[in-house]
Amino acid sequence: MQLVLVELINGKCKKTALEAVAFAAKMGETTALALGTASADTLQALGAYGIGKVLHINNEKLNQVYSKAYTKAIAAAATHVGADTVILSHNSTGRMVAPRVAVRMEAALFAGVNELPGNDTIRKAVFSGKAFADLQMSTGKKVISLNPNSYKAVAGTGTASVESFSVDFADSDFDYAITGVEDEAGGHVPLPEAEIVVSGGRGLKGPEHWGIVEDLAKALGAATACSRPVADIGWRPHHEHVGQTGITIKPTLYIAVGISGAIQHLAGVNQSKVIVVINKDPEAPFFKAADYGIVGDAFEVLPRITEAVKKLHAGA
Amino acid sequence: MKLLVCISKVPDTTAKVAFTDGNTRYNENGVQFIINPYDEWYALVRALELKETLGGSVTVINVGKADNEQIIRKALALGADDAVRIDMDPADAWQVASQIAQYAKGGGFDIIFTGKETIDYNGGIVGGMLAELLDLPYVALAAKLDVDGTQLNIAQEMEGVKQLIKVSMPCVVSAQKGMAEARIPNMRGILASKSKPVQVIPASGDAAKSPVKVFVMPAEKQGCKMISAENPEELVQLLHNEAKVI
Repeated sequence: MQLVLVELINGKCKKTALEAVAFAAKMGETTALALGTASADTLQALGAYGIGKVLHINNEKLNQVYSKAYTKAIAAAATHVGADTVILSHNSTGRMVAPRVAVRMEAALFAGVNELPGNDTIRKAVFSGKAFADLQMSTGKKVISLNPNSYKAVAGTGTASVESFSVDFADSDFDYAITGVEDEAGGHVPLPEAEIVVSGGRGLKGPEHWGIVEDLAKALGAATACSRPVADIGWRPHHEHVGQTGITIKPTLYIAVGISGAIQHLAGVNQSKVIVVINKDPEAPFFKAADYGIVGDAFEVLPRITEAVKKLHAGA
Repeated sequence: MKLLVCISKVPDTTAKVAFTDGNTRYNENGVQFIINPYDEWYALVRALELKETLGGSVTVINVGKADNEQIIRKALALGADDAVRIDMDPADAWQVASQIAQYAKGGGFDIIFTGKETIDYNGGIVGGMLAELLDLPYVALAAKLDVDGTQLNIAQEMEGVKQLIKVSMPCVVSAQKGMAEARIPNMRGILASKSKPVQVIPASGDAAKSPVKVFVMPAEKQGCKMISAENPEELVQLLHNEAKVI
């Protein structure tokens, strides 16, 4: 038996949670564990992703992540259903919780997993996306954290049964206080979860020119990002910086505008499925890592691409 | 304050990634190694800043063989007071965490720092495992950290959200961009580093739980298909009909 963590946000399942659920269900028989406030309908709907039963700890304190409390809940639920494998997303929650769970369960931890190329093999990106490592999947207890955007959750049909579950939490399980939460994405899709990302670099010459990037992103339903120099000189906020010291992303489509493609930038985006590079400089190293390229002036090319996307969507 | 900073040795960002021994080992031939940037630029430098303003000591710890001395000396040159090297070639993050936990247990450290992740194995595991092994609070992905009496105020950068945390020491913190600015060792630091103590401890115990079986290089890109700037609309057609991503 396997156990998958279902993370909730505003009473809904996170996109990364659905990915983890679908991935787990494909691996084998899985029970889900949902932590925090959610309606029965929301949790029953997990049946469409291959889950038979959902354990639900309906405790509003768990609407925020406390790594020790989450660890206790996951370990208790795993014992309850007899699970030897725990699966969760390798997002910020997974980073906080998975190592603790692995130690507590005396399990092997496979963190940041991309796929399962064989029955007993786990593949993850290493060297900042420049290679993969295949790890021997242990036969005993294991914790697997799945990279966001690595497995597509496709809803089928089915309804899961929901069972209320409880754990005796102590005050010491909430071992830090969360004193504030600032939403920086402004209601947009968080960058690591975005399927399409439009990113700008120094070639855009100034923050006042970001409108053309935002217009294309809006037409595509994409998130916006930027290169490190652009964040460092304050043209764009730091949380948009993708690259080695910023965020690592794995979208289906990455469009880089006016970014030369330094190796540190590639480290954050080279796992993208399709890369488009638009740059005035035909020698920009990014073209070597791209699938499609346009050598040209972004200020002329980008608005025309945006219009073409709008037409495509209007016609579809 | 007594601060412990975990540092890892990684290939320089621009180093070639290649493998030997039937793709089971990273090919170190001609590779320049550095302190993992997250460990150095953010964790170590912030620890040094805290020591400079509040007093105390900064110890760096590394799990590795003798050739890791070079990066340990760099950490000492940057201003760490002393260093510990646990003498083993770890095969996974669990081995690193369990070795460091054995050293740190009862060591009286107020904060144990790690970087967000290493740039070679990209796991981000050691900090959380240490916290569990030592039964301490764990605050991952810290982009800002200030001391407030016996507590820390930490800003975590997560997916599109900044979260503010108040946590009591002792605790474990993983550091990322924003915590501090990179430093370059000065001549005085480099000279001083040569006489600072490096304690070498034999490894004990715990076998690896998730070692690498084989490395695999990603499929080569098919080459970049160029589209004329005169006809950028073609890109949209290709993304729709050929790549099928929009």
